[in-house]
Amino acid sequence: MTMRIRFWGTRGSIPVALTSYDIRDKLARALVEASGRTFASYEEAHAFASTELDFSITHTFGGHTPCVELDLGGEEYFVCDVGSGARPFGVHVLAKQSRRPATVNVFMSHVHWDHIMGFPFFGPAYVPGTRIRIHSCHDVCEQAFRLQQAAPCFPVAFSQLAASIEFVKLEPDKPHEVSGLTVTPHLQLHSGDSFGYRFEKDGKRVVYSTDSEHKLENRAEAEGFAAFFRDADVVIFDAMYALADAISVKADWGHSSNIVGVELCQMANARHLVLFHHEPANDDATLEGLLKEARRFEELTRSGEPLKVSAAYDGLEIEP
Amino acid sequence: MALQVRSYANALVLGVAGRLDQDNCEAFRADLMVHVERSAHDGGAVILDLCGLEYISSAGLRCFLLASRQAKTQHGRIFMAALQPMVAEIFEISHFNMVFQVFPTVREALAAASSEAAAAFDLT
Repeated sequence: MTMRIRFWGTRGSIPVALTSYDIRDKLARALVEASGRTFASYEEAHAFASTELDFSITHTFGGHTPCVELDLGGEEYFVCDVGSGARPFGVHVLAKQSRRPATVNVFMSHVHWDHIMGFPFFGPAYVPGTRIRIHSCHDVCEQAFRLQQAAPCFPVAFSQLAASIEFVKLEPDKPHEVSGLTVTPHLQLHSGDSFGYRFEKDGKRVVYSTDSEHKLENRAEAEGFAAFFRDADVVIFDAMYALADAISVKADWGHSSNIVGVELCQMANARHLVLFHHEPANDDATLEGLLKEARRFEELTRSGEPLKVSAAYDGLEIEP
Repeated sequence: MALQVRSYANALVLGVAGRLDQDNCEAFRADLMVHVERSAHDGGAVILDLCGLEYISSAGLRCFLLASRQAKTQHGRIFMAALQPMVAEIFEISHFNMVFQVFPTVREALAAASSEAAAAFDLT
């Protein structure tokens, strides 16, 4: 059975949206790149845009906060975090279920607002018969979910949701079986703690590691994460900042960089690094620049098999 | 990793060679800090001559950053000089070229430190 990863929300901290200025800027850059060329049809223009223009001109990385689905091809759903990306994920679940209640397994990295804010807008939570199991290593998980829907902040209390919602406590560094998926949480450095997850099924290994700062002087910590990422097919990694920012002005903010992502994945012999939890202040061109820099760093420092490096965007789908 | 030390007026030039990564960065940092505390104060400068540095990891870059912070608290300065192409590219990729003043040669870094330091270099 093929595993598929779907990114519904990839931005960190707070949702962002393209502005009218951003759209105009992309159009202007595309026209400059076209440099007076003419196109006889929409198809010709589309082909030009698809093959000759940078990603940051023709696309956007998107602005929903973290929500990443692991589609195992079965009846149940598996999703990491319920940031604002949980709203479109919920639309997808409702459409796919066509009125049949769903079973959704949620794995929470932590309960900071950007990781839970989509849940009040998660459509299946309002459908009777839906089962939602929220897995977490935090004692405060249920409290946080209830708090964000308490008056006067939201009109529908958590207790009014129609779905059957269960909170499941997981133990760090211990493999858990969840509906056929092996899940191992791992403690990460972040305000209030966060947890990464290593998912394994049918020989495929996917790591979700967001909101995680790495202290470069601590070799034991690096080796611990290399073991957690070991031989992963995909590592979804908190690459919020450039390295210089991550270890200077933004040290102790609980996030990491594209460069450290490459280094840890190389140590771990991982196959594919996906940069994630993008800084909300960064525009598409800046994010594309960080991706290119990470790819170049990987080339410069490669000693074994190449590490594929991508940047997550809302709507990206990959197969491990 | 032994530092090669040369002194020119109010500037100290430290030659760094080989690879600087997580395996040796803590010992390197301890050495570097001794020189920074002694020399990068009250307008004095430490210049890192990186012509022999073949590779630097994020942990190595952090050592430079900590040294720079220490120098600033003492009103001193740290400059980078003579980077090999690969190390120069790593500086750009990691955005450290925006954190440090980087010079093509040690002579140019000394001139930025003081005219006395550049003159002392020219006499050698």
